[in-house]
Amino acid sequence: MKTPLHWLALRTVVAWLATLVLVFPLLWLVMTAFKTEVQAIATPPLLLFKPTLQNFATVNAQSDYLRYARNSLVTSLGSTLLGLLIAVPAAYSMVFFRTRRTRDMLMWMLSTKMMPAVGALVPIYLVAKFTGLLDSLIGLTTVFTMTNLPIMVWLLYTYFKDIPNEILEAARMDGASVWKEFRHVILPLGVGGITSTALLAIVLSWNESFWSLNLASFKAGTLSTLIASYSSPEGLFWAKLSAASVLAIAPIIVLGWFSQKQLVAGLTFGAVK
Amino acid sequence: MKRLLPRLLLAPAVLSLFAWMVVPLVMTVYFSVVRYNLTIPGPRVFVGLENYRYFFTDPAFLTAVLNTLILLGSVIGITVVLGVALALLIHEPFPGRGAVRLLLIAPFFVMPTAAALMWKFMMMNPIYGVLAQISQAFGAQPVDWLTTYPLLSVIVIVAWEWLPFACLIFITALQSLDQEQMEAARMDGATAPQRFWFLTLPHMARSMAVVTMIEMIYLIGVFAEIFTTTSGGPGNASTNVAFLIFKDALMNFDIGVASAGALFAVVLANIAAIFLLRVVGRNLD
Repeated sequence: MKTPLHWLALRTVVAWLATLVLVFPLLWLVMTAFKTEVQAIATPPLLLFKPTLQNFATVNAQSDYLRYARNSLVTSLGSTLLGLLIAVPAAYSMVFFRTRRTRDMLMWMLSTKMMPAVGALVPIYLVAKFTGLLDSLIGLTTVFTMTNLPIMVWLLYTYFKDIPNEILEAARMDGASVWKEFRHVILPLGVGGITSTALLAIVLSWNESFWSLNLASFKAGTLSTLIASYSSPEGLFWAKLSAASVLAIAPIIVLGWFSQKQLVAGLTFGAVK
Repeated sequence: MKRLLPRLLLAPAVLSLFAWMVVPLVMTVYFSVVRYNLTIPGPRVFVGLENYRYFFTDPAFLTAVLNTLILLGSVIGITVVLGVALALLIHEPFPGRGAVRLLLIAPFFVMPTAAALMWKFMMMNPIYGVLAQISQAFGAQPVDWLTTYPLLSVIVIVAWEWLPFACLIFITALQSLDQEQMEAARMDGATAPQRFWFLTLPHMARSMAVVTMIEMIYLIGVFAEIFTTTSGGPGNASTNVAFLIFKDALMNFDIGVASAGALFAVVLANIAAIFLLRVVGRNLD
């Protein structure tokens, strides 16, 4: 039975309306980024205006945008690389040298991610303070690595599990060493899974807003920290805030679209199949 | 050799996670029973449960717990109900479905600080904000959202961020719905509401439970949205447990009391985690 046409039309209209209402704040943010500060607070709000790129230049000149962007890039890429370095061998070991305790181990790792970050705030803050890692890129990168590690191990585990064991056994029969087996079998077959995992880790680190607000400020602050600093400024700043936000959000939304499947899998710990 | 290598490969992950979660937890337990304020020098004295007493009898504590529960309940309610509605709306094909899906997911990738400030200024500002302008266009008095309804404002922001997540999960769940069964029910004369109530909803019950548990775990720690918009105020009107612990630790520098509070938050999260781990464990095999 085919859906009647008027039904389809109604559903289309309602779906588009709902979508536009939900993304309206974002569209508005993008528009404001291209307005002058005076236009940004015009009453009634301006829908048509001559776009300007002035804000993007001002944001960079005033708030040292590029430094915060570099910090975001360093911490998210650094923590992702470090995370892969730890998580890939772990997942490999769990899948291909499975023991009775593997399952419990994986569950334990996931359970650490279920702890609220605020539960570890005091000790982590104190350790960072007394080791001089407060407001440092190394400290923040380490923290990001650890917050994402359980999800990375778990995601890689599910990807590696799909690699047929026979291929590995064949390689082992041929006398391949563990390193060769890893280099010539696991890596080529698992590269898709590793890439997806890396993408997710980058998105999560980039948007991380608990530790970057509590452990970093002027020196190691990320874009999230920079944007938070607009929370109580003086004078006209909406257009500048919007420009800074658009620059911080745009690249990650694009990456996010590519990694939405991993994102859901990672954030739900595989509880949804 | 054959048994050593797998362990060596696993060791960095296990040891670092141990250092990251278990060690801080032990430290927190220790801090919670000593008098330890960063602004007051001197030896740390064992004080028993005094920090707990202080945290639990703090007038802000009850408000914070209540706010946490209201925030959790409201955001979960909003995202589950609207998420199911949206998923039903866009799960069957219509013109532009691909674009709608991409747009709907976008809010989830916006960093919390940017999302919160966007709402605080561009949407909720009582003079120039879009919401104020809309209500004025209808002749109504504009509302200063963040001071009049601080907790509701935070709920709106957080729900806006998490709705795409819930919706994505529900779309996935709908895809595995048995279409033949649906068709058979239709043939037998079941109306659309009946089909929804007796087939679709039970099918989605599991994913609804999962969304609820996962949002519980993440939303207990809502912080950046409060930090950048209301700072927990006015008074403690929008302070949740996470923010209260932050205030004790990094504004009052009372490590002991903050640690007592942190353990309370961990217990709170564990209630959800126990159920979630069961589902996760079942899916692991």
